[in-house]
Amino acid sequence: MEKIRVLVAKPGLDGHDRGAKVIARALRDAGFEVIYTGLHQTPEMIINAAIQEDVHVVGMSILSGAHNVLVPEIINGVKKAGLKDALFVVGGIIPDEDISDLKQKGVNMVFTPGASLKEVVDYIQTNAPRRG
Amino acid sequence: MEIKNQKTKWENKLKETEKKYLPRPIRFTTLSDMDVLDLGTPLDLESFDYLKDLGFPGEYPYTRGVQPNMYRGRLWTMRQFAGFAGAAETNKRFKLLLQAGQMGLSTAFDMPTLMGYDADHPKSKGEVGKCGVSISSLEDMERLFDGIPLGEVTTSMTINGPAIVMMAMYFAVAEKQGVPREKVRGTLQNDILKEYIAQKEWLFPIKEGVKLVIDTVEFCTKHYPNWNTISISGYHIREAGATAVQELAFTLADGLAYIEASLKRGLKVDEFAPRLSFFFDVHNDFFEEIAKFRAARRMWSRLMKDRYGAENEKSLMLRTHAQTAGVSLTAQQPHNNIVRVALQGLAAVLGGTQSLHTNSMDETLALPTDETAKIALRTQQIIAEESGVAHIADPLGGSYFIEWLTNKTETQALDYIKRIDEMGGMIKAIERGFPQSEIANSAYHYQRQLEKKEKVIVGVNKYQTEEPKQTINTLYIDRSVEERQTRGLAELRKKRSKKAHEEAMRIVKEAAQNGQNLCDPVLQAVKAYATLGEICDVLKSVYGEYRETGVF
Repeated sequence: MEKIRVLVAKPGLDGHDRGAKVIARALRDAGFEVIYTGLHQTPEMIINAAIQEDVHVVGMSILSGAHNVLVPEIINGVKKAGLKDALFVVGGIIPDEDISDLKQKGVNMVFTPGASLKEVVDYIQTNAPRRG
Repeated sequence: MEIKNQKTKWENKLKETEKKYLPRPIRFTTLSDMDVLDLGTPLDLESFDYLKDLGFPGEYPYTRGVQPNMYRGRLWTMRQFAGFAGAAETNKRFKLLLQAGQMGLSTAFDMPTLMGYDADHPKSKGEVGKCGVSISSLEDMERLFDGIPLGEVTTSMTINGPAIVMMAMYFAVAEKQGVPREKVRGTLQNDILKEYIAQKEWLFPIKEGVKLVIDTVEFCTKHYPNWNTISISGYHIREAGATAVQELAFTLADGLAYIEASLKRGLKVDEFAPRLSFFFDVHNDFFEEIAKFRAARRMWSRLMKDRYGAENEKSLMLRTHAQTAGVSLTAQQPHNNIVRVALQGLAAVLGGTQSLHTNSMDETLALPTDETAKIALRTQQIIAEESGVAHIADPLGGSYFIEWLTNKTETQALDYIKRIDEMGGMIKAIERGFPQSEIANSAYHYQRQLEKKEKVIVGVNKYQTEEPKQTINTLYIDRSVEERQTRGLAELRKKRSKKAHEEAMRIVKEAAQNGQNLCDPVLQAVKAYATLGEICDVLKSVYGEYRETGVF
C-alpha cells in the first residue's frame, strides 16, 4: 500500500519549531513519509508544497495566535488546487473558542498542549485518506 | 579514610533496607536525565577547594553570587514580561505592574515586530498584537512609554533581529523626555546567535546579524554607559528542548563569540564586557537549576580571566535575569502552574539571580490576564518577603550534593565548549547545525520519556482528572488591533516630512553599504519617523536574508 505522506508546516512568523520537529520525527518513526517545510512559510508556500508532494495529510503547527487567519487560507488553497480529500490537522496553542470555528472551516483535528505523540500518530493512521 | 569505611558500612545497611523496602521503580535522574547521587558526602568532593571553587559572595569566581551582601542589599529585580495588542494597551499594563510594586519593565513584542515587519505588511496578517505589542514606528514607542519616566525605570526589550531599530526608538523617546544618556538604563536582548540556534526569529545572514549586534555594543560603550547591550540568552535554547547542560554551554559559547567579535572591532574587553548580561531558564528540577546558575558564574569568570585577561570585576561577574520555564506549564489543570512557578522561582533565587520573571498560570493558553499577571508577581513577592530565603547569600553552598552537581554541570558544559572551540567557535558550529541538532535530539528524547512515563507531568501523564476540563478566563486579542495599527501607519506615512525621511533612509543605506556603524544613522531615521519595516527592508537589500534548511 502507498505510504501516507504528511506535510508538517510552520505557517506565519512563529519561530517555535520544537513541537513541529518532534512530531515530524515521531511520524517518520511511525512509518509515514514526512515533508517538513521549515519556518516562516506563507500560506501560498504551504499550498504549493502540499500539491507538489501530493500529500495525504497537511499538519500545521502554530503557537503565535495567527491560526484563525492562516489556517482557513491554507485549507481553501489546498482544496482548490485539487487535493480535496486531504486531512487537515492543527497543533499548537489554540484557544478553546477557536477550535469549533476552525473545524467548521475544514480542520479535521486540533491537538493542543499535552497531546501525546501516540494520539497524533494513531489519529493520522486511522483518518488519512487512502488513495488508489 | 574513616568516612570511606563508614560509608561502606552504611551502603551495606542501605542494601539491606532496599531488600525490605524496594526503591521506587524509576531511574533517579534529573529532568535533563543526569544520574544523581544516592547521598552526597565529602567523598564526592575530594579535590574541592573552598577558596578556589567557591570563595565569598561578590568575589572571584563568584560561585556564591555577584554581591557581597546579595539580597540583603537589594532584592532581585521583579521584572514581569508584558506586551500585547497596541502600545496603548501595553502602556496600561506597564502602569498596572509598576503600581503593584514591580521594579522594572520588560517588553514583549509581537511576531511581526520581532521579524522586522510593519503591522501593515502582508506577512503580518493575523499576527499583529497577538504575542506581544505591535511597534512599527517611533510614534508607537512614544505611546508605549507615555507617562513613564525613562530616567527612573529600567526597561528590558526582548528583541533580536531588529534590535538596533527598537533600541534607537527607545533612545529617541528618552531623548524627547530629556533624560541624559548616562541615565538611560535597561537591557536589550540583542542576542542574535540564539535566534539561529533556537528561537528562530532572524532577519539577516549570521555575519551581518552579528555585525549589527557589535555595532550596538560599540555605540553604547561610547554613548550609553549604563545600557546593557546584550542579554546572552539560554532561555530559548532550553525552551526549544535543550538540557540544562546544553543551555549553559551554548549560552556561554554564544557569549564568547560576542567577546571575540567585539575585540575584533577594536574594543577593549574591560570597556564592554561589564555591560553584557545573561538570561537563563529555570525549569522544574530544583537542584539541577540551582547548580546551573552557580556553575554559570564560576565558568564565566574563569573564561573571562583566563582567555581574555579581563580585570574589571564587572567583566568577570555573570549577572543574570531568569524566567520560569514556559514549557513546563500545562493546559491541563492550569492552577497547578502556580505551584510550578513558585518552585522554579525559588530555585532561581537560591541560584542567585539578579532579576526574575515568574510566569502566569495561563501562559500555555494565551497571554496573561491582569489577574494572572498579578498572581505571578505576588509569587515572587512571597518568596522575597515571607520565606526568609533572601536573608542569606547562597544558602545551599557547601551542600555535598549541590557542590557535586555544580561540578558535574560545569565539567559537562566545558566539554561542549571545547567541542565548539574545536569547530572554530559558535558561529561555525551554528553553520554546521551542531547546537540545533543537539537540541532537537534532546527534545525528542524527553518527549519519548514522557510517553513512556519515565518522566512525570502531573495532570498530563499522571493524576489526570476525568472531570470536565478546568477552564479559566484568558486574554483574547482580536483583529481590531491590526486594523488600528494599519490605519495609524497610513496616516504616519502621509504626515511625516517626506524629505527628512528620504534623506535619513539614504544615509542608512549608504552606511550599510560602507560597513559603517549603523546606530547613529538608524537613530536619525527613526526620529524622521522611518518605520521598522522600512529600515529593515533597506538593510535586507544590502545584506540579504537568512534562510534555514528545514531539518528535523
